[in-house]
Amino acid sequence: MDLHLEAISHGYGSVEVLKNIDLQINQSEIVCIVGPSGCGKSTLLRIVGGLEQPLSGQVMQLGEPPAGSLNPLTYIFQDFALLPWRTVKGNVSLALEEHGLSTAKVDQIIGDVLARTKLNEFADALPRQLSGGMKQRVAIARALSVKPAVMLMDEPLSALDSQTRELLMDDLIDLWQREGFTACYVTHNLAEAVRLGHKIVVLSRRPGEIREIVEIDIPLAERSNFTVELESKQKQLWGMMREEALAADMELIDD
Amino acid sequence: MTDIDLKSADTQDATRPAKPVTFRGGGFQIKPLGPIAPLVFIGLIAFWEYGSRSGFISSLVLPAPSEVYVAFAELVQSGMLLVHLSASLQRLVIGWTAGTVLGISVGLLIGLSSVARAGLSPLVSAIFPIPKIALLPLFVIWFGIGEGSKVATILFGTFFPTVITTYGGVDNVDRNLIRMGQSFGLSWSSIVRKIIFPGALPAILSGCRISASIAIILLVAAEMIGAEFGIGAYILLAGSLFATDQLIAGVAILSTMGLCFAWVIGRAEKYFLNWRT
Repeated sequence: MDLHLEAISHGYGSVEVLKNIDLQINQSEIVCIVGPSGCGKSTLLRIVGGLEQPLSGQVMQLGEPPAGSLNPLTYIFQDFALLPWRTVKGNVSLALEEHGLSTAKVDQIIGDVLARTKLNEFADALPRQLSGGMKQRVAIARALSVKPAVMLMDEPLSALDSQTRELLMDDLIDLWQREGFTACYVTHNLAEAVRLGHKIVVLSRRPGEIREIVEIDIPLAERSNFTVELESKQKQLWGMMREEALAADMELIDD
Repeated sequence: MTDIDLKSADTQDATRPAKPVTFRGGGFQIKPLGPIAPLVFIGLIAFWEYGSRSGFISSLVLPAPSEVYVAFAELVQSGMLLVHLSASLQRLVIGWTAGTVLGISVGLLIGLSSVARAGLSPLVSAIFPIPKIALLPLFVIWFGIGEGSKVATILFGTFFPTVITTYGGVDNVDRNLIRMGQSFGLSWSSIVRKIIFPGALPAILSGCRISASIAIILLVAAEMIGAEFGIGAYILLAGSLFATDQLIAGVAILSTMGLCFAWVIGRAEKYFLNWRT
């Protein structure tokens, strides 16, 4: 299933947040959206998944989601959004409870996704007992359990320390190798963008417009061998963003 | 000269005085200290007893703890303790439970619906501060002189604080968790049951602590209206006869009830909120 964003504009009151965004997210492709803070990246992601309505424009689904997909557009949040009163297992099952699945089927799905995210041993732990990286793994397991067509990731690694971030980034690359998931990945971290993105969309500062789309055709698995090329891509991206970020930093926030 | 040289020129001075950094971090940590509370309690009563016996606390002003104990023993022996206690507990339990259930329902309604919030929340704020004791005569007219008016007083007294703490709790539920629920396509009722209610539960339970105390306060007021039995009635009778030993015995029973309620709610918090850090 592909997603097409068609002429999306959005704002709150008199503040224009997004302006005329046209974008394609193709199957099995990770599209990274980068931009200075306050440029509307997260708003755009909420619009893509139908959590917010744009003032104009629309998001179109092209084709059917894969068979058995319970929640085609599934988010992974920066702050993990785990229910603190539910165990790891309970948090994953939250996403499955509304679909009339048998208990055996639910248990089987939970066992499967926890195995894929290496969480088996922690099935009965509460979120407060887990480290940040573990919590985000639980959120990823929960997202995988509903067989999403597109994963919408809102700065999924930003709340983690840099070592955990490296580990989780490797996990995501592994996962993509095995399952070839489709994702729209919002981040402000350019290193993440060049490691994970097939396509990197650079937004300008508010009102967010697409400044440029950079494609990286090195396969994800081999990127660790091409540090020099990635470095230069990252420099190129930073060159585009520096002025914007500087100007955005100086703006007063009044919304 | 390199950076290192610049630095070491400064540090190699061996003649400068050295002293350890003073510790200034402690002082604001509350730590459990074992059975201090019973000791304070026993010490206070011992002092009181000593004061009464030696005469510097006149028995007119305050009866000695031993006299209070005698009054209490009489109450137990006559079998009236159970009669008073069961009458009071029945009123408390019915009034408090009904008030809490209604309060949580209305609180959730105000927390979840804009219409209910606009319509009801000013009303709640307007009625909450009215002392329910002032409304006793009205309750008698509305609910009769029997159990009805007594239960209603306690019910009204617990209802309003519960409403306020419940919708405060709902307002404090992490919006991102709700958004997460929506993003997984959960139905409205699932989001309320699985995300909003458990999220508001800490506030609801601490509201219960307050409303339980209010219920006990109002119990005495409620038993002012022609109650034959009940701890409140016992205290009022003792008061009007200036039987201060019985009065203190009754008051001690009330505070024991308060302690028991607080303990039960504490257990409930431990059980339901074990997920909290």
